[in-house]
Amino acid sequence: MIVAEQKSLNEIKQLVGAAKNVLVVGCGTCVTVCFAGGSREAAILASSLRMASKLEGGPKAVTDVTVQRQCEWEYLDGIAEQVKEAELVVSLGCGIGVQAIAEHFPETWVVPGLNTRFLGLPTEQGIWMERCAACGDCVLGLTGGICPIARCSKSLLNGPCGGSVDGHCEIDPEVPCAWQLIYDRLNSMGRLEFMTEIQPAKNWRTSRDGGPRRIVRNDLRLAAEEE
Amino acid sequence: MAASVSGNGYLSGSNLERVLRAGHFAVTGELGPPQNADGEVIRKKAALLKGYVDAVNLTDNQTAIVRMSSIGAGTIVVQEGLEPVIQMTCRDRNRLAMQSDLLGAYALGMRNVLCLTGDHQTFGNHPNSKNVFDMDSIQLVQMLVNMREEKVFQNGEAFKGPEPRFFVGAAESPFAHPVEFRPLRLAKKVKAGANFIQTQLVYDIKAFEAFMEKVRALGIHKETYILAGVGPLKSPGMAKYMIENVPGILVPDDMVKRMTAAGAPWAGKSKDELTKEDKKACSSAWQQEGIQICIELIQQLQKIEGVAGVHIMAIEWEEAVKPLVEGAGLYPRPIVANPVEEVA
Repeated sequence: MIVAEQKSLNEIKQLVGAAKNVLVVGCGTCVTVCFAGGSREAAILASSLRMASKLEGGPKAVTDVTVQRQCEWEYLDGIAEQVKEAELVVSLGCGIGVQAIAEHFPETWVVPGLNTRFLGLPTEQGIWMERCAACGDCVLGLTGGICPIARCSKSLLNGPCGGSVDGHCEIDPEVPCAWQLIYDRLNSMGRLEFMTEIQPAKNWRTSRDGGPRRIVRNDLRLAAEEE
Repeated sequence: MAASVSGNGYLSGSNLERVLRAGHFAVTGELGPPQNADGEVIRKKAALLKGYVDAVNLTDNQTAIVRMSSIGAGTIVVQEGLEPVIQMTCRDRNRLAMQSDLLGAYALGMRNVLCLTGDHQTFGNHPNSKNVFDMDSIQLVQMLVNMREEKVFQNGEAFKGPEPRFFVGAAESPFAHPVEFRPLRLAKKVKAGANFIQTQLVYDIKAFEAFMEKVRALGIHKETYILAGVGPLKSPGMAKYMIENVPGILVPDDMVKRMTAAGAPWAGKSKDELTKEDKKACSSAWQQEGIQICIELIQQLQKIEGVAGVHIMAIEWEEAVKPLVEGAGLYPRPIVANPVEEVA
């Protein structure tokens, strides 16, 4: 899932600025599951903004609504009226949600209420960890299902650097060394060949380095063209 | 050596290559460029090392702290009549920048490159920077060897004109984790074409002997020149700091005890009780012991099969190199004629 965390109330207040009529939009998918921007968080943020504005002597009208997915037009259509009435929208979606609202409602000013952090999962209650860097050319089939691009601090492809100590990365004792994990897994399954063979320099074009990415599926587009 | 050799029989013809090929026990040093634009610092340090080492490594933004570039400092080292080993990390540059810098370094007279991954930038003085790691150290070795042997850029395009012919080195940290993988990783670097290896600091000879035994079992020592990393301890505190903070450095207890014992006459007194002279005498006693320990290490390393030389890392203590090399009986350094220069 996309893992995000809420910006500080102070920063959100600054982004809201002088707007009097504010709509907080939550998202019912990834950011709900990571407790950052679901309906509960949207309601709490709206009430916090109302209270803060009241205490500061300039009460604002802040309402909230949550859509199933901010990243799809059809769900955004459902809140078109509320968005139109608002002077400003605080999106509690990930960065995609914020941009979808901006793109779908060009006349509305939208600000982010979250910082989108990474693609990951909760390893235990209250802890989320990065798992995928969306590099566009998956190597997990070779590395025993552990990603060196996302989980090695240096995205190395040829094994651990000299900074691997007692299973953790040199940057932080809380960060496991991805290559120690890969080594242990491949070793236990008798598949160390991947680590002993030289892996060539990666083609980063499929990653963000190739510019903003796009997928075109002509098999799916045909229907639209026939219309 | 796996790679083919050029007309004169050498891959690069660097002094380091000639000394190693002639079968001498090589000595390389290390020179840390300053955190400013003062070339005089390089000249002074080069003067301390000249004649005592076969080549000197110029670190590349070591520990992710901005310093004069290794190639810039290397140019001064060449002017001073000493041979540089340019360190190049994958942290700060992508394959375009690395290749263009390599072309420039070769044109400026540099002949040795040490390929490194690079410390993560969060350690250094610009932790907010973006890192690169377009390639890793093994891929960098491969790129340099392909430039020399296949005369191609990383993308496979052929050179139009002379290619850079470097003596290509890589590093290995024998005691970093997973320890069982380290000899295999070294084998990989040699397979990629590394002509020489410089290791992380060795203090624990027994552990290093065990590592070399595995290296020999893989036959790697016959395909590359392994230079063991050594460095004189300055104080017992330095030993303890390294044990606790530097990945892959083992310092045996006995060594820490020897260092502590060297400072025994001044031990047990608070800072206020010690005069300036006392402090000076204590640190000088530590340094003497540190140099003595290091000399013994070099002598022990010379006896290990497959160790082709030592790489002395006495960063910010370049004065120590002379007594170390002399004390280990490695002075004067051999002069191996360059066939190209002889013909000319």
